Amino acid sequence: MKKHNVWMAICALLVAALVLTACGQAATPAPAAKVVRVAVVMPSSTTDMAFSQSMYSALVAVQKEMGGEAAMEIKYSENMFKVPDAAAAIRDYASQGFDIVVAHGSQYGASVEEIAKDFPGTTFAWGTDVNTFGLPNVYAYTAAAQEGGYVNGVLAAKLTTSKQIGVTGPVEVGDAKTYIDGFVQGVASVDPSITVNKTWTGSFSDVALMTEAAKTHIAAGADVLTGSSQSVVGSIGAAKENGKVLWFGTQSEQTTLAPELVVASQVYDWTAMIKEIIASRAAGTLGGKTYTLQLSNDGLKIVFNAGYNLPADVKAAADAAIEGIKGGKITVNP
Amino acid sequence: MNELFSLAVITGILTSAIRLATPYLFAAVGEAFAQSSGVVNLGVDGIMLVGAFVAFYVTLQTGNLWLAVLAAALVGLLMGLLMSLISVTLKAEQGISGIGLYMFGLGLSSLLFKLLVGTVQTIDGFKVIKIPLLGDIPMIGEIFFQHSLPVYAAFLLVPVAWWFLEKTTWGLKIKAVGQNPAAADSLGVSVDKVRYFSVCLGSVLAGLAGASLSTALVNLFQENLTAGLGFIAVALVYFGGWKPAGILVGALLFSTVNAFQLWMQVLGVNISSDVAVMLPYLLTIAALVFATNRVRQPAALNKPFERGEN
Amino acid sequence: MPPESHPRSQKSWLDDWKDLAFRAALPFLAMLAALLIGAIVLAFLKVNPLTAYAAIVTGVFGSMSGFTQSLVKATPLLLVGLGICIAFRASMINIGAEGQIILGALGATAWSLAFRNWPGWILLPTTLIASFIAGAAWGFVPGFLKARFRVNEILSTVMMNAIALQLMNLLIRGPLIDQAGVTAGTYLAQSEKLPESVWLTRLIPQTLLHTGAILAVILAVVVYIFLWRTTIGFRIRAVGLNPDASRYAGVNVPAYQALSLTLAGGFAGLAGAVEVMGVHHRLLEGITSGYGFSGIVAALFGGLHPLGLIPASWLFGSLLVGADKMQRAVQVPSALIDTLLGLVVLFVVGSAYISQRWAARRAIAVSKAGKEAEA
Repeated sequence: MKKHNVWMAICALLVAALVLTACGQAATPAPAAKVVRVAVVMPSSTTDMAFSQSMYSALVAVQKEMGGEAAMEIKYSENMFKVPDAAAAIRDYASQGFDIVVAHGSQYGASVEEIAKDFPGTTFAWGTDVNTFGLPNVYAYTAAAQEGGYVNGVLAAKLTTSKQIGVTGPVEVGDAKTYIDGFVQGVASVDPSITVNKTWTGSFSDVALMTEAAKTHIAAGADVLTGSSQSVVGSIGAAKENGKVLWFGTQSEQTTLAPELVVASQVYDWTAMIKEIIASRAAGTLGGKTYTLQLSNDGLKIVFNAGYNLPADVKAAADAAIEGIKGGKITVNP
Repeated sequence: MNELFSLAVITGILTSAIRLATPYLFAAVGEAFAQSSGVVNLGVDGIMLVGAFVAFYVTLQTGNLWLAVLAAALVGLLMGLLMSLISVTLKAEQGISGIGLYMFGLGLSSLLFKLLVGTVQTIDGFKVIKIPLLGDIPMIGEIFFQHSLPVYAAFLLVPVAWWFLEKTTWGLKIKAVGQNPAAADSLGVSVDKVRYFSVCLGSVLAGLAGASLSTALVNLFQENLTAGLGFIAVALVYFGGWKPAGILVGALLFSTVNAFQLWMQVLGVNISSDVAVMLPYLLTIAALVFATNRVRQPAALNKPFERGEN
Repeated sequence: MPPESHPRSQKSWLDDWKDLAFRAALPFLAMLAALLIGAIVLAFLKVNPLTAYAAIVTGVFGSMSGFTQSLVKATPLLLVGLGICIAFRASMINIGAEGQIILGALGATAWSLAFRNWPGWILLPTTLIASFIAGAAWGFVPGFLKARFRVNEILSTVMMNAIALQLMNLLIRGPLIDQAGVTAGTYLAQSEKLPESVWLTRLIPQTLLHTGAILAVILAVVVYIFLWRTTIGFRIRAVGLNPDASRYAGVNVPAYQALSLTLAGGFAGLAGAVEVMGVHHRLLEGITSGYGFSGIVAALFGGLHPLGLIPASWLFGSLLVGADKMQRAVQVPSALIDTLLGLVVLFVVGSAYISQRWAARRAIAVSKAGKEAEA
């Protein structure tokens, strides 16, 4: 029976502790009346230096522009790589009365289609895909990742001396595939004799294997690397350790990971799209449109690393490629 | 295709394999200590994650790699104490407590990373040290003698662990407790003490395995950095028949298959990555079948010990 | 047959009840202890723990959507837990439910798509049977390896999980891939929608609650009857309680161990089936939602008893739903939830020993009292 009493004591302590901590907190102020409420559900972490971070940073940037938390509320659910949990989160945000629910992963499509029908007053935005399911309250968004891939490819081709370039990818699907296809096309446009070797690790998250893939490319003679997914931080680490191999980023700006070696990053900038969705909603349009981030609409940006001493003629070639794609003179196949 | 068998490629594959084997060796040799005493610690992956984060964080803050390694060992010890408390003192079902420890470590390392660091950053990890003379031998030198310190340490650990398990009193006590705890107990060996020691030693090594990953192999930390590496390490212990030398063979086989697969891709030989990833697990199951017939596993493995039972 | 030498038979029903109450209370206390640590972490994160924990409760009971979600989560947990329970009664630890769920989901998907033209009244039950067989096959392998080669089932089931995952990746990006995704160029890793005839009926509109929940409860009763009222069930329990005595009594111990793992796999397979047939209507990545691991915890909560599992899996389902709601309500990193669940598992599994010791002490006290009364 003694043990029983011990447990009772623990229980009492616990309740007391809970009450005490509760008393120590001040009540949170009630939110102002006309707040735009936005929720986002993401497959990886808000700090993944890649896909999820690109969306989260954009939302925070828009929030800042609109006047902080008083004007726009952001709630997020991260690491929702399990679709069932993500579906629960999307449904939950919708039923809590959020104005806009962003389902930031192409794997969430089926869930969005189902849930959007149940909540016709809520705006849903999902990507990357182009399908709005014919629903008036669904936006679809996608990124023409191949465009920045092409520009990165042109830069890479101009900078390689070993004529060998390595690509470290996760799985050959989605924008990992389109970015790399564009990259290969860009390289070939400068010098078709350059070899581009590709490796797929089969996982979006296996950093150690991604690192070794990059080291393998380097050992095989590559002096320029690129790649896609949140696990490429491993590849960048490998490039940094080597000290001479250059890196091209995509999705988010990756300069901070290796300030001497990252030449340029293709950055997904969703801010314009988010602002437009908010404005359209205020004007009464809840959805029904597809957005594509492109160089021409500034949704895609090539961010050059100021710390890397890029030769003027190479920079000129990249700018020419950017203008060519913007003006439609260069077509990049997705 | 012929390229695949050129000297440069073979050298590349083997160099990669040696490097990749490092975290597996630390973790699996550590797990061998725990299992030899009769405790299956399935939480290795969780311990590795916490160790990897702590080593990364200390390096980021102080730049002192030795302090980082020490810190990783220390948190490994703490996690080991937690595992021992649950599995040895409270005699919990080891498979389940290990899963709990894994979830705890996975969550804790991600949480700390989010709170203390926030965004992925790279660090200056252990540098490659070329061993004089030996490192200059063509091919051999590149494969074996141009690595960073943790890689050498992992391979040195194998003979040291063998010596410890086979030649010292403590090693014999560990094995006695794993084979027949009741007999060991009647001879005056404290079963619980020996199991605490073994689990903690194993967990320290798991912490170091994590540190080797974040400060020598990838030089950064990201959530779930190990991606299940610790579970393979547990299987390697069976593969190696609870012997450090056997574990070495298993770890090298596993890492060579991975390195080989990457090189094939770089050289443009197309194979399905799903099949490639599945292969090591299939091999391990096959090896489990042979291993259990070939060697005797610690008889009291996975069995909590209670005085007066048996 | 070994005699039923369970100490419990010597106790009065009142002691039995006290014993049961204490055993049932322990997991809750363990959970509370884990939540207390969570409260400290939350305070560090400058989040009011009371607000956070209130969000768990209101998240589950405050709305129809939350309440039904907890039942939707409880369904696979109960099915997985039943399997864990059968295996555990034979002293087999099944860590392989994740893989068995995957196989069950694969089986249900492949079968119902292959025979989509069959009438519903025959397709639906055969799909469930197909998933049971697929899961059972995945449980049989470690069971056979244990029986024939004495391969430790904890490790082989862990390996089987990894293989099942890759097998699903292979099939879902290959033969089973939704052709619509291929033509659209998205290459989404998911299967085509299952034929509507195998969709489990939704019980409440606008929620995901489906008839699988009822099926799971019925099966829990069936498993109880199987384990306690049939010869095979009795032998499974005898093998777990005392393998040596069972062997002397002529029971083929390895065969019953293998059987228990096979059945465990079958029930986990059904969990996979109700997920694809009742919730998603297609196979997609992450189909297990970690139920293979959380089902173990639910089984522990339920005292590894089929009937105890019914409330326990609902409780744990509520905890999972509530934890997700908490993450959304107070915006803490999702890793905190993993940490807390890990602690809950550690504390619950650790507390099991205390409850055993308590029961054993009571048994001794009771038998002593009995002897004294005799004298």
